[in-house]
Amino acid sequence: MNFKTTIGLEVHVELKTNSKIFSPSPVEFGDDPNANTNVIDWGYPGVLPTTNKGVVKSGIMAALALHAQVEPHTHFDRKNYFYPDNPKAYQITQSDKPIAHDGWIEIDVDGEKKRVGIAEMHIEEDAGKNTHERDYSYVDLNRQGTPLIEIVSKPEIASPDEAYAYLEALRQRIQFTGISDVKMEEGSMRVDVNISIRPEGQKEFGTKTELKNLNSFNYVRKGLAFEEQRQQRVLMSGGQIQQETRRFDENTGETVLMRVKEGSDDYRYFPEPDLPALNISDEWVNEIGAEMPEMPGSRRQRYVKELGLTDYDAMVVTQTKEMADFFDETVKLGADPKSAANYLQGDVNAFLNEQHADLQDTKLTPANLAGMINLITDGTISSKMAKKVFKAITQGKEPKAFVEEKGLVQLSDPAKLQPIIDGVLADNQQSIDDYNNGKDRAVGYLVGQIMKQTHGKANPQVVNKLLIASLKK
Amino acid sequence: MASRIDQDQVQHVASLAKLSLNDDQLKYFTTQLDEIIGLFETLNEVDTEGIEPTSSVSDQINVMRDDVADNWGQSEGLLANAPESEKGYIRVPTIIDESEDE
Repeated sequence: MNFKTTIGLEVHVELKTNSKIFSPSPVEFGDDPNANTNVIDWGYPGVLPTTNKGVVKSGIMAALALHAQVEPHTHFDRKNYFYPDNPKAYQITQSDKPIAHDGWIEIDVDGEKKRVGIAEMHIEEDAGKNTHERDYSYVDLNRQGTPLIEIVSKPEIASPDEAYAYLEALRQRIQFTGISDVKMEEGSMRVDVNISIRPEGQKEFGTKTELKNLNSFNYVRKGLAFEEQRQQRVLMSGGQIQQETRRFDENTGETVLMRVKEGSDDYRYFPEPDLPALNISDEWVNEIGAEMPEMPGSRRQRYVKELGLTDYDAMVVTQTKEMADFFDETVKLGADPKSAANYLQGDVNAFLNEQHADLQDTKLTPANLAGMINLITDGTISSKMAKKVFKAITQGKEPKAFVEEKGLVQLSDPAKLQPIIDGVLADNQQSIDDYNNGKDRAVGYLVGQIMKQTHGKANPQVVNKLLIASLKK
Repeated sequence: MASRIDQDQVQHVASLAKLSLNDDQLKYFTTQLDEIIGLFETLNEVDTEGIEPTSSVSDQINVMRDDVADNWGQSEGLLANAPESEKGYIRVPTIIDESEDE
């Protein structure tokens, strides 16, 4: 029997605003526990939340980045539940009129392009964080009130690979808006997934299971692939899928039962009485749209069409907004686009991986990278010398000054090279004879001798040209 | 008697609110809640023909503050008010972790 798979993804994205969504407490990580909290975050009696305009703006930016319709009349709702990280015993979120709905993003799986729909997206507050020890649990409310956007896909994802591609595309588009760091390893992007299968030809969806503890895109793909197979085995052996939550085990790559769901959750949503509703004007949406950074897809097109990059190069330099901005700036400063793309995906990426750093946190600047590339292009330094210069620019040094200081200037002047070539030829009659007898290898030996005499500073292209001309005389 | 709400529903609502009710209390609150709902039903007598549903009775709209951080420096006082605290954390009985996101 053949089965069709249906996957739905709920993605939480943490916004990097200055202040919390309903209180002016700072949004900062790594501070002392509870240092960034006030009476509003703790849910004290009598306090009133106020909506952070920056969060609504971020929500509109996310909506535009995901081709979604912004809801002109939106409001917040209360979701009621008890938990120690949730001091008010309710979360302020959006339920019946979320900020945006009906978006889509394009994904690409092995060259096959497909649009995946986004059902809705809403803005809400995050909860605090609990840590558990043997005798007590400990609550830190610094994260309480940090703004989140939840993005709910339509059930249109048909395979674990499509889920992976969807997350990649989503992360990239959000990252380019600049509203979030969207890093799963830091918790600024969190993914909940559900999956069901049904026999080919059946119209109704099968019973879905929910997966937890998926801490990377790769685990999402692995967990879904395991779950797809498990559900097939259950159905093939005449069993039934029960609605349950399963945990992905990173060590075994399997999903294990956490709990069976009985009935649907009862959160008793109702409109949040402490916050006035929001009317979002077309004017405001257009204003935000006009300021939106260029999205990765349009940048890729521009790089291929206008700068002559390959599709692959264009894809690599648009991995993050910082990388793409860096590339744009480097090219604007006169660097050859192809070389700039090569350096970014080669030496620069290797350097970032080695340092475990993001581009914006290093001392590399577009001006210095462009400076180095221009020195290679105009023949001042060889690409071999550039290795040393690259190391220097990662330390924030100015390439031209470094090259002069270290005497790394390439010898390209024929008037200076010719006498050296003549000297080498005079000492190596055997090689000249070999060359005349058709042994091209002799050229390599002679170039090596010239490089040795110039301590590696001779420009190999110029040397080659002059040497061949001299041999042919 | 109870016709607008039954004991099962009251029991459900009580457990959502983490309240445990004995049989007498369950009967007592079922009757009371039934009366309260009855009182609210008088609102059904109002003619709402042609009136748009609303999520708010306030006529305020778009009350927002700019995204400027301001630490009110209240954490010490807040922690002092917590029943128990330790090293800046609120200390609570060990939680059996059933949270949704961890």
